[in-house]
Amino acid sequence: MSTSVTASPAKSTAPRLRTPRKKHTPGKPKRNVLLTVLMALMVLYTVVPLIWLIINSTKTQSGLADSNGLWFAHDFALWDNVRDTFTYHDGIFGRWLLNTLLYVGLGAGGATLLAVLGGYALAKFQFPGRRAVFAVVIGAVAVPGTALAVPTFLMFSKMGLTDTPWAVIIPSLVSPFGLYLMWVFAAEAIPTELLEAARMDGASEVRTFFQVALPLLAPGIVTVLLFTTVATWNNYFLPLIMLKDPNWYPLTLGLSAWSSQAQTIGGDVIFNLVITGSLLTILPLIAAFLFLQKYWQSGLSAGSVKE
Amino acid sequence: MRRTTSRILRGIALVSTLALGVTACGGSDDDSDTKAVSAGDIQAALDKGGDITVWAWEPTLKTVAADFQKKYPKVKVNLVSERSGDKHYTALSNAISAGKGVPDVAQVEYFALGQYSLTKGLTDLAPYGADKLASKYTPGPWNAVSDGDKVYGLPMDSGPMALFYNKTVFDKYKIAVPTTWDEYLDAARKLHKADPKAYITSDLGDAGLTTSLLWQAGSRPYKVDGTKLGINFDDAGAKKYETVWQQLISEKLLAPVNGWTDDWYKGLGDGTIATLATGAWMPANFATGVPNAKGQWRAAPMPAWTKGDKASAENGGSSLAVPALAKNKELAYAFTEYANSGAGVATRISEGAFPATKAELESPAFQSKKFDYFDGQEANKIFADSAANVASDWSYLPFQPYANSIFNDTVGKAYVSGTKLADGLKAWQDASVKYGEEQGFTIQK
Repeated sequence: MSTSVTASPAKSTAPRLRTPRKKHTPGKPKRNVLLTVLMALMVLYTVVPLIWLIINSTKTQSGLADSNGLWFAHDFALWDNVRDTFTYHDGIFGRWLLNTLLYVGLGAGGATLLAVLGGYALAKFQFPGRRAVFAVVIGAVAVPGTALAVPTFLMFSKMGLTDTPWAVIIPSLVSPFGLYLMWVFAAEAIPTELLEAARMDGASEVRTFFQVALPLLAPGIVTVLLFTTVATWNNYFLPLIMLKDPNWYPLTLGLSAWSSQAQTIGGDVIFNLVITGSLLTILPLIAAFLFLQKYWQSGLSAGSVKE
Repeated sequence: MRRTTSRILRGIALVSTLALGVTACGGSDDDSDTKAVSAGDIQAALDKGGDITVWAWEPTLKTVAADFQKKYPKVKVNLVSERSGDKHYTALSNAISAGKGVPDVAQVEYFALGQYSLTKGLTDLAPYGADKLASKYTPGPWNAVSDGDKVYGLPMDSGPMALFYNKTVFDKYKIAVPTTWDEYLDAARKLHKADPKAYITSDLGDAGLTTSLLWQAGSRPYKVDGTKLGINFDDAGAKKYETVWQQLISEKLLAPVNGWTDDWYKGLGDGTIATLATGAWMPANFATGVPNAKGQWRAAPMPAWTKGDKASAENGGSSLAVPALAKNKELAYAFTEYANSGAGVATRISEGAFPATKAELESPAFQSKKFDYFDGQEANKIFADSAANVASDWSYLPFQPYANSIFNDTVGKAYVSGTKLADGLKAWQDASVKYGEEQGFTIQK
């Protein structure tokens, strides 16, 4: 805190004393008690549910009812719960997991592919109607998927696609935000000179795209992939209205069905399996984040420094 | 431009049907289907084989379906069981109004049957031989599935009411098990005074419980005669109910917990919710949902509204019905009959379901069954007694699912604000009358 004082040029003693003592320097952020407290509250707010989930997935149904929510019960049933989750109802949980992977693979993967192709084209090619496309994409970012769900349902119903995996995969292919992100990223990350040089050397447009542009876009692609993966993985409302056959449910719908079993006469109450299933459901996402974050971070800094 | 508008309007119409879960029209021509189907026809269909789809969440049906397929190897039963309650009815209504994807057999709770039968969404099973099964069932459930000489489903289970109470808690505070609702009120006061965290029961407004208690008290608010309805909560039975329940609410003697939530299961387990007046199917839910309170709970007959009166009522219970648009009705009926009247009944009882059939209810094996959960109590005797004492002249509205959905906006206010329960019921009545008139019913005032 005293560095700024000594650093300031001293002409006489009087101004030196008047120099603000708590001058803020970029290298050394100002400490702020309020911010620290707010930060701590935020951390609590986000981490406590996760801790709760981990602790409670170790409990049996009776342990859940008669123990404190934030501490372990006398019995440790995590492995039993995991086994039961995968074997309950003829192992339908595994089927739901595969469904989710299918929806994420085709839906989020396809959405990323389309966003990369579209973003690159919009950023690096001049064609009539570009501004109109821009307006549509920006507008589409603002429309929540939930608002489109019912019209989409009616349309798909006419086409006879409801209650098939396509009803979930096709709408997931559209990611206006991903397209916008790829567009901005492509404009920043690929110097037009590089493309011109490639063309000059006689490379075809396809080859230019795959060999010159694509490697430069990698961080952006990972970012978009992460966003679309999370969105598809967590999607609840779209499958809820599209699917009737439980064999096509993704994890989100399946877990909610298990949870609502507790509300029916004679229904099995399996809160312990719902909780363990929820934990198992978020593990792949956590793994994806940890694995992909380094690419993501390197991508986020693009364009932050003027060269 | 005009075409888009009309398309949007049609979209909105369909969406509102979706939202209300009410079918405006079943779109069926079921009336032509009244010729009798002989046992031979059904047997021929079974021998020929085929696929049927069953939408039902009742867990014991899994074994029943497996047995059925073993007996009739050419028939494949596709049991869809991951949906229940509102979601189930929304899906069923949507399928019926879309005319596509309708199951061959659907589980329909008694309170919701009217909605589907009145809109001709269900097959009349009488021509298939269902009318001859009347004497097999207790009067409550049979009355719920039949309308004159038409039969819209076969009773799968029933819910004659009983009072479940936590004996450990009652013993601890030396409270006697109430035999009348007045004693129940006294017990509520005594218990809450002894332990401010404990309540006699939980209620934040539950249409099913309220209608069942009115039923038991002798109130008959709904009169249904085809499309002519009477809706009136102003009778002596309703007065009895209002008096007791108003005091429970005003004196804050009811735990402010919604039924079927995790809080509720927790309360049933830790002794803060001491009794539960509900259907005889509850032991199965106790065993899986509240395993930690095993040995603490017991069953007792429902408290009477007038001392010595034995009247009981039903709470919950469901039937299997065959939608009018079912593809393979002979097979659908054969399965329904097998599950709810034939060999399936024994299977289902052995897995914990509560029967609707007289023979099973009265059999010594059933009555002397000892419940581990209730510390060896032969609770079925109490339930069977209750089933025999259910008054059979109760009817639900043809749009009861809708009426139940607005219960919390009307009667529910009495639980959270100063509104009187009687005013809440009046508001419920008015809202139901208004909706009924909008749907084209004639309401007799």
